[in-house]
Amino acid sequence: MGGILIGLAAAALFFLNGKILGISNITAELLYPRRPGKAWRGVFLLGLLSGGLILLAWHPGSLAVPSPAPLGLLILAGFLVGYGASLGRGCTSGHGICGISRLSARSIVATLVFMGSGMLTVYLVRHVIGAGS
Amino acid sequence: MRLLAVYLCGVLFALGLGVAGMTQPTKVIAFLDIFGDWDPSLAFVMGGAVGVNLLLYRLTLRRRRPLLEEAFVIPSRRAINARLLGGAALFGVGWGLSGYCPGPALVASVSGTTPVLAFVAAMVAGMLVFQKLPGEEPRPGESRPGESRPGALRAGRSGAQAGPGAAPPGAGREGCEGCG
Repeated sequence: MGGILIGLAAAALFFLNGKILGISNITAELLYPRRPGKAWRGVFLLGLLSGGLILLAWHPGSLAVPSPAPLGLLILAGFLVGYGASLGRGCTSGHGICGISRLSARSIVATLVFMGSGMLTVYLVRHVIGAGS
Repeated sequence: MRLLAVYLCGVLFALGLGVAGMTQPTKVIAFLDIFGDWDPSLAFVMGGAVGVNLLLYRLTLRRRRPLLEEAFVIPSRRAINARLLGGAALFGVGWGLSGYCPGPALVASVSGTTPVLAFVAAMVAGMLVFQKLPGEEPRPGESRPGESRPGALRAGRSGAQAGPGAAPPGAGREGCEGCG
């Protein structure tokens, strides 16, 4: 059900506005000092946060789960996610959902790589170091 | 009207992430934990999202233009290079460590709890550091006002026939591939 909503949101943004729904690109472009296309990106993020507030009101359990990682590790992880998505030009939404839907070879490769490195990371943290579970 | 549509897409996307469980880091980590107690449910979420989008994307590309704008903006980068692979690999490490990727982290940040806010702040810092470092990849079709160039769709269609996911030269383009 959630997956259908995610797909519908991405498809609707493309059908209505002709834009690819990629969160890291939308965020990163807003951070550049002078770039066109800030209005729609800013409004999209407002919508995203509004959706978060709706979840907080009606489905608070979905936002109540903390990450098992300690704060220092979370900060490192956030940095890697932000830097990595910028370098690879895409994240789970842009490469993973939109890119695969466009049958973009680049996005399919990127998705396989970040799923692979994510799985390897979880394997190392949980089963080799034995933490975080 | 255009911006209202964008806003509602953002709301819908956030609700989808929440309902799917993507905003719960433990669930995401359990999905990535294929060597342990694997929770495959997010694979169905991703499959559902891609399935719906794949179909509707194809149908949308039969149109000459999006409903509310002049042209489609289709990512122009094609290359599978070290930047793509390295960036995706780093991204995956961060994703696996935390259980957050950018969209769910932003959605969850409205809860106002310190860990999510710290993650989002660090993510923004990572993006800013990338932007400050020299040697950013040149954008194909750098001409910037070209964000909405008419005719993208026609080209996009022929591109789709020419090869998987191909957006041909001259399509309405933006400097991102995937744009995740």
